[in-house]
Amino acid sequence: MGATIVEKIFSKKCGGDIRAGEVVMAPVDGAMIHDITGPLAIQKFYEMGGSKVFNPEHIILLFDHQVPADSIPAAENHVYMRKFAAEQHIHNYDINEGVCHQVVLEKGRAAPGEIIVGADSHTCMYGAAGAFATGIGSTDMGFVLKFGALYFKVPETIRAEVSGTFPKRVGAKDLILSIAADIGADGATYQAIEFAGKTISNLDMPGRMTCCNMAIEMGAKAGIVAPDKITWEYMKGRRTMKPFPLESDNDASYVTKRSYPVSDMEPQVAVPHNVDTGVPVSKVAGTHIDQVFIGSCTNGRFEDLDEAAEVLGKKKFNSKVRVIIIPASRDEYLKTLKAGLIEKFVKAGALVEAPCCGPCMGGAFGLLAPGEVSLSTSNRNFKGRQGSTEGKVYLCSPATAAASAITGVITDPREV
Amino acid sequence: MRVWKFGDDIDTDAIIPGRFLTIYDPRELAKHAFEGTRDEYAKKVKEGDIVVGGRNFGCGSSREHAPLALVGGGVSVVVARSFARIFFRNSVNVGVLPVVCRDADKIADGAKITLNSKKGFIEADGKRFRIEPVPEFMQGIIDAGGLVAYAKSLKEVPLCTKSQR
Repeated sequence: MGATIVEKIFSKKCGGDIRAGEVVMAPVDGAMIHDITGPLAIQKFYEMGGSKVFNPEHIILLFDHQVPADSIPAAENHVYMRKFAAEQHIHNYDINEGVCHQVVLEKGRAAPGEIIVGADSHTCMYGAAGAFATGIGSTDMGFVLKFGALYFKVPETIRAEVSGTFPKRVGAKDLILSIAADIGADGATYQAIEFAGKTISNLDMPGRMTCCNMAIEMGAKAGIVAPDKITWEYMKGRRTMKPFPLESDNDASYVTKRSYPVSDMEPQVAVPHNVDTGVPVSKVAGTHIDQVFIGSCTNGRFEDLDEAAEVLGKKKFNSKVRVIIIPASRDEYLKTLKAGLIEKFVKAGALVEAPCCGPCMGGAFGLLAPGEVSLSTSNRNFKGRQGSTEGKVYLCSPATAAASAITGVITDPREV
Repeated sequence: MRVWKFGDDIDTDAIIPGRFLTIYDPRELAKHAFEGTRDEYAKKVKEGDIVVGGRNFGCGSSREHAPLALVGGGVSVVVARSFARIFFRNSVNVGVLPVVCRDADKIADGAKITLNSKKGFIEADGKRFRIEPVPEFMQGIIDAGGLVAYAKSLKEVPLCTKSQR
């Protein structure tokens, strides 16, 4: 019986034949902590008797949820983590670089075949680089900081076979929302989702990141794309490593194989208050919105903002809608700036903020009042996710967000 | 010892909203548990009470603040039809026992509840419901007194050793 990519990654790390269902104490190649989950992870590291971390070069630390510090307790957490980073000689990107997951990939901190953990559920995004990456809690992270290893139950894999060519203004976010609607909010619990097929082979890295990012929204432990030319091209300049083959065998055992044809796909919108509620935009077109958020680790890259700008054209955003645009990282911000898009967005009426999690954090800024409605390119629309539990969050692509920000109601991006 | 009953897909934002994540003290977190979702919970929850959910309890964010907010209110057992992966592990790690019970939906809010984990059942308002055993490797961590105690007991990490599910 052949092996899946995930089984191959664990087998190679541990030098044996490791199969789905087995529990193994595996070494990790990288660990990431941020301002929300980091302080507790550090505290647990010390409670476990830790004095020196396993290897400072394999750990990064940064702040993205509450930056610049939005409260005195947040500022205190930053101080605590800065001190830890300095004492342990851990690289600290501080408040400067952006949203953790974007930064990990940009800085080459995740690569094909590696096992990466992050104290954040959307760590599964690094599967876009062919890594096995999964989100863990703070106590598990304390263990990792001390030992450089963690118990993993090796997951079975769901294969999502994607075929066809995306229609105009339909893309990766629409695809992943429709996959989530199909698999369900807990349909992939304790499993990995491998995104495969011609459409994925042709999909750029930002699109792959969007898909892998949202694997957790189906309960998955990881999302992954087999590394190919596009992946290795992305790794150039980020890591010095020679390309090597890493893909699931033809006779690998999957929990299930699902087919997703995209050629006739409509833009998708996930309605409140779950992520697996995706419907074609036509079903909710005309819904009133108060705020639009374009950004986050899911859709805050230059390509996403460029797509929004293309839809915007020479129009203005609706003056009754608060439009908040946040590039996911400093690099993405600079690309957006150099392309002239920030000026364009600001002139059209948007607020463009510095890289951070923004309204998706549900605590820093951009919160909803009771009764308000947000349309967001982020990954979660849970009750209260962006403020009041009496507010509503709809999820969509950057194109749909931009189109709706122009009209003031949820709008099909192909109609503006 | 009463049941606090919740439905399917209770996410960690519902258990503890994002705006309280600068807090790490379980007792302080407990004051805001389920705020905006079920406000009476934080005011009335008592030591030994049990939270019961449906499918996919604890989905969403990896915030360990969620099980900590339960611990701080005196809840050390959560029963659900199924759990989200990260919440399940976080719970074990901070001393909340996640109990899978396929019949969790049959347990009523406010019911009197007791857990008999050795014999593998819970009893709610006189009715017994079978519970599933905790995976073996997680039981090892529970038996050690949680992940912190387990980590302290390790001289070195047993790298690449397997244990069956």
